[in-house]
Amino acid sequence: MRKGANILANTDWLTVILYLYLVFYGWLSIYSATFDDPNAPMLDLSQRYGKQLLWIGLAVILAITIMIIDAKFFSAFAYWFYGFIILVLIGVLIFGKTVAGSKSWIQIGSFAIQPSEFAKFATNLALAKFLSTLNIDIRDLKTKIIAVGIIFLPATLILLQNDTGSALVYASFVFVLYREGVSGVFMLVGLLMAVLFVVTLLYGQVAVIVFLALITGFLFWLSDKIRRNYKFVAGFFLAAVMFVFSVNYVFENVLQPHQRNRIKIILGMINDPRGVGYNVNQSKIAIGSGGFWGKGFKEGMLTRYHFVPEQSTDFIFCTVGEERGFVGSLVLFGLFLALLIRIIYLAERQRSEFSRIYGYGVASILFFHFAVNIGMTIGLMPVVGIPLPFFSYGGSSLWAFTILLFIFIKQDANRLNVL
Amino acid sequence: MYKKDFSSRKYVIILIFITVAITYLIKLYNLQVVSPSLSDKAKGLVMRQITEYPRRGRIYDRNNKLIVYNDAVYDLMVIPRQVKDMDTDEFCSLLEIDTSFFVKQMKKAEHYSRYKPSVFLKQLSKEDYARIEDKMYKYRGFFVQRRALRKYTMPIAAHLLGSVGEVNTQDLKKDSYYKPGDYIGKSGIERFYEKLLRGKKGVRMVKVDVHNREKGSYQNGKYDTLSVPGKDLVLSIDSELQQYGEKLMKNKTGSIVVIEPETGEILAMVSSPGFNPNDLIGRHRSRNYVALQKDSLKPLINRAISGTYPPGSTFKMVNALVALQERAITPYTSFSCNGPESTPIKCTHYHVTPLRLNEAIKQSCNPFFWNTFKSLMNKPSLGGVHNAYRKWYSNIRSFGFGKKFNTDIPYEKRGNIPSAEYFDKVYRGSWNALTIRSLAIGQGEILVTPIQLANLAAAIANKGYYYPPHFLKKAEGEDSLLAKYTTKVYTAVEPKYFNIVQDAMRDVFAKEHGTAHYYEVDSLEQCGKTGTVQNPHGEDHSLFIAFAPKSYPKLAVSVVVENGGYGSRWAAPIASLIIEKYLTGEIKRKKLEKRIMEGDLIHNKNTKSKGEE
Ligand SMILES: [Zn+2]
Repeated sequence: MRKGANILANTDWLTVILYLYLVFYGWLSIYSATFDDPNAPMLDLSQRYGKQLLWIGLAVILAITIMIIDAKFFSAFAYWFYGFIILVLIGVLIFGKTVAGSKSWIQIGSFAIQPSEFAKFATNLALAKFLSTLNIDIRDLKTKIIAVGIIFLPATLILLQNDTGSALVYASFVFVLYREGVSGVFMLVGLLMAVLFVVTLLYGQVAVIVFLALITGFLFWLSDKIRRNYKFVAGFFLAAVMFVFSVNYVFENVLQPHQRNRIKIILGMINDPRGVGYNVNQSKIAIGSGGFWGKGFKEGMLTRYHFVPEQSTDFIFCTVGEERGFVGSLVLFGLFLALLIRIIYLAERQRSEFSRIYGYGVASILFFHFAVNIGMTIGLMPVVGIPLPFFSYGGSSLWAFTILLFIFIKQDANRLNVL
Repeated sequence: MYKKDFSSRKYVIILIFITVAITYLIKLYNLQVVSPSLSDKAKGLVMRQITEYPRRGRIYDRNNKLIVYNDAVYDLMVIPRQVKDMDTDEFCSLLEIDTSFFVKQMKKAEHYSRYKPSVFLKQLSKEDYARIEDKMYKYRGFFVQRRALRKYTMPIAAHLLGSVGEVNTQDLKKDSYYKPGDYIGKSGIERFYEKLLRGKKGVRMVKVDVHNREKGSYQNGKYDTLSVPGKDLVLSIDSELQQYGEKLMKNKTGSIVVIEPETGEILAMVSSPGFNPNDLIGRHRSRNYVALQKDSLKPLINRAISGTYPPGSTFKMVNALVALQERAITPYTSFSCNGPESTPIKCTHYHVTPLRLNEAIKQSCNPFFWNTFKSLMNKPSLGGVHNAYRKWYSNIRSFGFGKKFNTDIPYEKRGNIPSAEYFDKVYRGSWNALTIRSLAIGQGEILVTPIQLANLAAAIANKGYYYPPHFLKKAEGEDSLLAKYTTKVYTAVEPKYFNIVQDAMRDVFAKEHGTAHYYEVDSLEQCGKTGTVQNPHGEDHSLFIAFAPKSYPKLAVSVVVENGGYGSRWAAPIASLIIEKYLTGEIKRKKLEKRIMEGDLIHNKNTKSKGEE
């Protein structure tokens, strides 16, 4: 009895309320994007909004269950979860069902679920468990390799399912590693590589190499200190040149044509509002038509006409943009940022390293989804098709995000019991 | 163990989150507040999606004469949620509708969708449209959409052309291209070539102001899709011959099918009684359709492909050809005939006896064909009656009987050629030639369609092969469709055996005792065979198949006149007139033509010919 009271008292209700706001806002958008008959009941299971309502109900039950389970359960069984989901991902590769080009679904009866959604929290658990082990120091090379391995294994399996978007999500763990002490240089190098990749594609390798050489020469001319460290600078220059060469190779030989096209469209190298860029174009029009105040609930003309493909799943933000306008977008950004910052605040107050690392994992994954999903609807990111957490239509993703978040809320509620 | 504290790194991470969010918000501010044309919003413009319906493909006859085209009509559309503060009474009197109709249509539209356009009033004429056009600005939420309606240059060929009507729920489920209120080919050619004829709908986004007036396209039409007009079709039909055939069949029940033997193209297909294709278009379509459906003469049925009849004597040629091919008889084999006293099948009349195949076809002698059939079934080398029957079965089917041609003819029936297994079941395994003797003279379980009979005439004209009968002659850029129509289908019978059958069919016209001698015209070189089919429900059906001219066949014909009595009474003269019309372009036998055209077998059952049987 005392323990039950403890849980309620120690739960961070602000996070729970932010979660509920986001889920409710998301459902309203799905309703608006998919309803047709104003007299139909809310729980009409033939309609997407009806199904989503059912899934929200199940998500709430999941959340309560997690809050009741012993907090140590998740850290104790972290590797078991991880091992199990790896087996399932392999199973999907063999027995899975292909939907929209990705072999990432398992059919159970009349029900299809997407295991890659659930791999995120399992990987997060395993990574937190590993990095919080006594006698582990992130500065050891071996530790880094194992940590990266834990992240790469599910990412690779998901990539093999042809679900590039979900695989890319694992890049978000770079925030966790950074927070735990991995040098910021890694992030900077990663950023530099991304910039070089883009610039090389845009201006060609010769131009970029000439530019790099000029910069290096300029730096030599500029500073004595750089001249003294010439080996390091020269090595850096050579590595950059090699990277530039490999970009072309990877782009032409490793990426698939549709991926190349998406990158080219995002970089503005090709312009085809009818082809691959169609979704983004339609999406930008729909969002733009919302104006400052939006057109109002259920008033989105473009939404009504199924103007934007994937309106209720990956492009759900269009409905917000069109019906709620800039103000609604601002509210949505505010909710997400508040949730992310709150999670980081909670993570930092944990006594257990496991809980802290897990918390950062949650914030990183949510941020990545938020940034990529909304980025693609407004044309700042390539269309990789990952859901907007708590918003997009679909049971698998809603449940996976609920589990991810509530395991953390549970750890936080239990923080005072950790010695 | 000492671990360094990295907690200050949380600020870097939070800073990254906030930076990304602010970057996005700047982009959103640009998209939503700065770039949309502020003027549009100030003017209260709303967007409306207008569907551009393409012109449905036109249909021409083989001589490029236009048969089917389109005429513009206007549908009054409504978007229920845009309807505001309107004067309902004024609106109703403008459209000449009553208030209850208005309420009913609004309810229907709201039930479909408050946001998407529904049809409020269908198919206003150009004149009606002109009358209301100026006043539409008063009624927000209402607008007019241009649609096309089928029109016919002459009221012919209703069955084969088919009709166009509104999609039903099944159509909507099957193909998401269609939206409620769209038109679709319901039957005939319109249905079979729907995908070619319909073209592709386009969508236009237009801005509409508070006064319900279009204010130009959205973003200069950047997001509009163009409609693609439907493909025009050229059919194999000769519209003049078709019209003539329909005149000949007036007040008779039955059908005419005319095929060009060297291509398989259908030159004419008449089913009588018919109807005027103009009755099945426009607002009165459903009312007229119900009336036609209730008619006891069943004018909606295309008897040429859906009517099945025992072929009677016309089938004797097929039996003879199969027996020749299997060497059960030779052209010189003769059998005797005792006239009406013959057993087990009687002859209709006395004639020379014994007689050979050529004379037997001319005299249509039943006992001769019974003996031929028996010889085939009991031929020792074929291994017993069951195996002999199977051989006969597959040979008969090689002429196109008992199956569909599967070309562009909708609702074809396959008819019936009974299988050996069928007889095994009916006679519990013990049956022989005598048991199934009616097949020898084309009666019993055999059922064929008029188009199969016309195809038989074509196969005989070609001495052993045919092209699957079809209607399509040309469709721009769709040559691949024609491939399956230009592949020869060979019958199981060798060409040499057809000579004797052709000669005998020529004699049917040319020789004094031929059953169609009365209709002989030397220059036409007509070949034919009568059929008189016993009908348990009334007078016999009159059948005739023919082709002409014998030396270079240009057309093959089958004619069925239900309850017409002897084949020579109605079917033979109709076929002969069709041949004369098609080969010479005019009719010299005016008296014969008059008798046929005025003959009425529906209202006056006692019309008799002048005893030329
Ligand atoms: Zn006889």
